[in-house]
Amino acid sequence: MNIIFFMAALIIYLLGTAASLAYLVSLRRLFAKLGKFTLTAGFAVHSAALVVRYLEAGYTPITNLHESLSFFAWSIVGVYLVINVKYQVEVLAAFVSPVAAVLIILASLFPKEILPLAPVLESYWLPIHVTLAFFGNAMFTLAFAAGVMYLIQERQIKSKKIGAFYHRLPALKILDDLNYRCLTFGFPLLTLGIISGSVWAESAWGAYWSWDPKETWSLITWFLYAALLHGRLTVGWRGRRAAIFAIVGFAVLVFTFLGVNLLLTGLHAYN
Amino acid sequence: MDHGYISYSVFFICLGMEIILIGLSHKTAPVEIREKFSIPGDQAEDILGRLAGLPGGRENMFLSTCNRMEVLSVVEDREESAGWIKNFLGGVAGMSGDELTPYLYVRKGEEAVAHLFRVTASLDSMVLGEPQILGQVKEAYRQAVGNKAAGLVLNKLFHRSFFVAKRVRTETKIASQAVSVSFAAVELAKKIMGSLNDKRAMLIGAGEMSELAARHFISQGVREIIVANRTHSRALELAQSLRGKAIPFADFPGMLKDVDIVLSSTGSAHYIIHKEHLTGIIRARKNKPMFFIDIAVPRDVDPAINEIENVYVYDIDDLQGVVESNKEERRKEIQKAEEIVRQGVEAFQRWLSSLEVVPTILDLRQRLEKIRQREVEKTLTLMKNASDEERKTLDILTQSIINKILHHPISLLKHQEGKGEGKLYVDLTRKIFHLDNEEEDD
Repeated sequence: MNIIFFMAALIIYLLGTAASLAYLVSLRRLFAKLGKFTLTAGFAVHSAALVVRYLEAGYTPITNLHESLSFFAWSIVGVYLVINVKYQVEVLAAFVSPVAAVLIILASLFPKEILPLAPVLESYWLPIHVTLAFFGNAMFTLAFAAGVMYLIQERQIKSKKIGAFYHRLPALKILDDLNYRCLTFGFPLLTLGIISGSVWAESAWGAYWSWDPKETWSLITWFLYAALLHGRLTVGWRGRRAAIFAIVGFAVLVFTFLGVNLLLTGLHAYN
Repeated sequence: MDHGYISYSVFFICLGMEIILIGLSHKTAPVEIREKFSIPGDQAEDILGRLAGLPGGRENMFLSTCNRMEVLSVVEDREESAGWIKNFLGGVAGMSGDELTPYLYVRKGEEAVAHLFRVTASLDSMVLGEPQILGQVKEAYRQAVGNKAAGLVLNKLFHRSFFVAKRVRTETKIASQAVSVSFAAVELAKKIMGSLNDKRAMLIGAGEMSELAARHFISQGVREIIVANRTHSRALELAQSLRGKAIPFADFPGMLKDVDIVLSSTGSAHYIIHKEHLTGIIRARKNKPMFFIDIAVPRDVDPAINEIENVYVYDIDDLQGVVESNKEERRKEIQKAEEIVRQGVEAFQRWLSSLEVVPTILDLRQRLEKIRQREVEKTLTLMKNASDEERKTLDILTQSIINKILHHPISLLKHQEGKGEGKLYVDLTRKIFHLDNEEEDD
């Protein structure tokens, strides 16, 4: 049953992608509205898919790659919809929709069966730890998107070659603010994610920290974003440098999330 | 229906009403001529009154803005009326009609309609897509209505032109791109800094062009303007008119760290703002972005400053480049807008030609004939046993009823043709008998 909702969400995200790209090409307001509407609808259906899976499985469905990718896509869309209330950056939807679509398509490629929960994961810490970490990741994903858009727009203005993107992308100031805002939300979430994981590790594995690859890489990610936040707050980093940092941070984050699971082995590998 | 009658009517159509537009604009007349026609509202009514006094005119509209003047009239004979109107306009400007003629354009019929639509939709404006013109045309129309100078044709024409203008505004992006250097500068500033509400701008040099740009910045919400000029009195004067602050010229380098936008236009032979100077300033500003607009030739701002992060330098050629690329984007939008105008003209011409007497009489006959046939058929299905004789009688009976009914309306229409109220009768006839199935949109 949850798979039906899941597939419906996938299709809606694809439609949203089409609408957002149509907006990017034509700049017609209608497509922007359509894109946002589909994204909201996709989010609703996707939420239903998660709830149904939760009821069917009896545990928070974030325990294997299929579930994680799906949950990550859901977090990104959710975080975008929240951010969008304050920052009306339509083109961001043209980033979020395809990313959600790709993530959820990836998720569909991994085994979808509901399996009995590994005993070590049977804990109320599971939803807390994973949700915090994923919302943090989603924030950083948006910071990454803002960073990429910033670099493109800055390139256009600096080089004085005003191309199609100039009219389509928002002001540098807005992109920089967005980057900063996502960082200020994402960093505490990541921090809490790591702390909650550590507390959980103590009760499950008997040690707060055991230098498992996931832990190590999370710490590296944390330091990167800490450096960025520090640079912004004290030295006045902004613009290009902050954008590049957000992009690098995101690359490490993707490795922490996917690379560690797929390439390295450790305590966090469950599939 | 006899054929003699039709050809007789066709002959008279040539004497119908014609639309003529005579005007001048920034494209045809220098400001010395245009300013002779910048006429305050109350005097415009006087001009409408005098236009109505010209022979052969039926409806008039007079539009006067700082960039254009237009007279739009519905006349009996456009060749004759063109002469009258030209002479009249010459009188208004204190010249002879012949002296004024080289600056005037004359558009007739369909071309006049298209011209009005283009003007109203701001496709003929000096600043393409500027929104004021629609209001000005509406005001001119309101005056014409108030003076009873607008009749059947102008009413329809203007409502159609407002409709076209609205479509152009909502369906194209004509007005959204900056195609003048100072607009391009403002647009760039917004693309860099977002809202300009909390930004400060400094003018170094108080030329005419930087004043113009400064006004654009103020209209976009720039919080404060600071003026530095070698001749301090000029700085004071400009600062006053911009409600800004003047500082001595020597003080401008110290001011740089407190301003976000710098507009430089001095006559200096060398750069007055150097890269070494800027690196310290940008650090003191904690990397808050700065935008230098250098409209001086030779340049005031070292172009190498553009290499510093969060600082942007545009000289006059760079701005011109932005304007060109915007124009390119806009050209596509203009094509869309012209298509909308073309559709508008077509719709209006369709309406206008429906006001001719002959097609109306034909439509009227056809309409009643259709009703007659339908009703006869209905009746005959009830009279299954009717003989051929009876059927024929029924046919003749109904036909003659229609002819009797139509006799007077048709002779009235023929009689009114080419006369002042002729179109009104046609229009009324079409409405009463519902001859235009579905009058579209508006």
